[in-house]
Amino acid sequence: MNNIDGITLIKAASAIGAGLAMIAGIGPGIGEGYAAGKAVEAVARQPESQGLVTKTMLIGCAVAETTGIYGLFIALALLFFNPLL
Amino acid sequence: MEGPRIFFTLPFFGGININETEINLTIVTLILLVLSLVLTHRMEKIPRKKTQILAEKIVITIDNLVEQTMGKRYMNFAPYMMTIFACSLIGSLIGLVGLRSTTQDFNTTLTWALATAFFIHYVGFKYSGFVGYLKSFTEPVKFLTPINLIGIVTTPMSMSLRHFGNVLGGSIIMSLLYTALGSLSSMINIPIPILEVGIPAILSLYFDLFSGVMQAFIFCMLTMAYISNVGPSDDIA
Repeated sequence: MNNIDGITLIKAASAIGAGLAMIAGIGPGIGEGYAAGKAVEAVARQPESQGLVTKTMLIGCAVAETTGIYGLFIALALLFFNPLL
Repeated sequence: MEGPRIFFTLPFFGGININETEINLTIVTLILLVLSLVLTHRMEKIPRKKTQILAEKIVITIDNLVEQTMGKRYMNFAPYMMTIFACSLIGSLIGLVGLRSTTQDFNTTLTWALATAFFIHYVGFKYSGFVGYLKSFTEPVKFLTPINLIGIVTTPMSMSLRHFGNVLGGSIIMSLLYTALGSLSSMINIPIPILEVGIPAILSLYFDLFSGVMQAFIFCMLTMAYISNVGPSDDIA
């Protein structure tokens, strides 16, 4: 344990932090699944409105995905252009 | 993962770096230019050639989409929407032939998002006047004004980050897969990386093809939704 310097410690902590940041992927997963489930219900009730429902669902999924993308961005920042180093 | 390669440096303003993204964007522009020249070559009043029918089909599709989403008032936004869509689509799909996708660079998507943000404020300014434009920040209630002011910055930020992050995430997963398959095939002592043939195509179908088309579509849809939200709707006019 004596030959660990500060830089190595920061690198190791950043790797753990990047992993923790990707926990943000849970939220969009649940949200998009919920949106897709509701879209299936809507199509089952009104099959003729399938095109509109699909379009709206994809937009909603894209908006729900944003927080996950932010998490990915933090993880990438910690791994590739770390501001702490 | 590494950034775009820098090819050469222009000697103005203390050196402007010309990198892979800019070269590829020029290629995309040339592709679109040639495509539109070929599709609109020798147009006739009654279309007989397949190219003209295809061109009319594309234009009618985008016109219908803009009319459905934004209303008849905003029909002059249809060419802008088509430009963004085509540029984003070809820019993402160019990654399939081995070039670096132009949307893999944050600068590209940020430019489009800033153009969209300009149009959002321009339309709000044009339809409600200077006072009305300033007043729109105090809606729906007065104490939400700071949040509305933050919204000026966060709207283009989230739009550009969404597009960029999706394409970048897909490309990272693809490069991880290629590395894994390469080391796997070197593990079983084959000189040619035979596992890299065919298997990545299945994932590439989703991460490059579907994601590229989807993000181009979503960027256009969000642009249309944001722009038509600030102006008056069809019922008032």
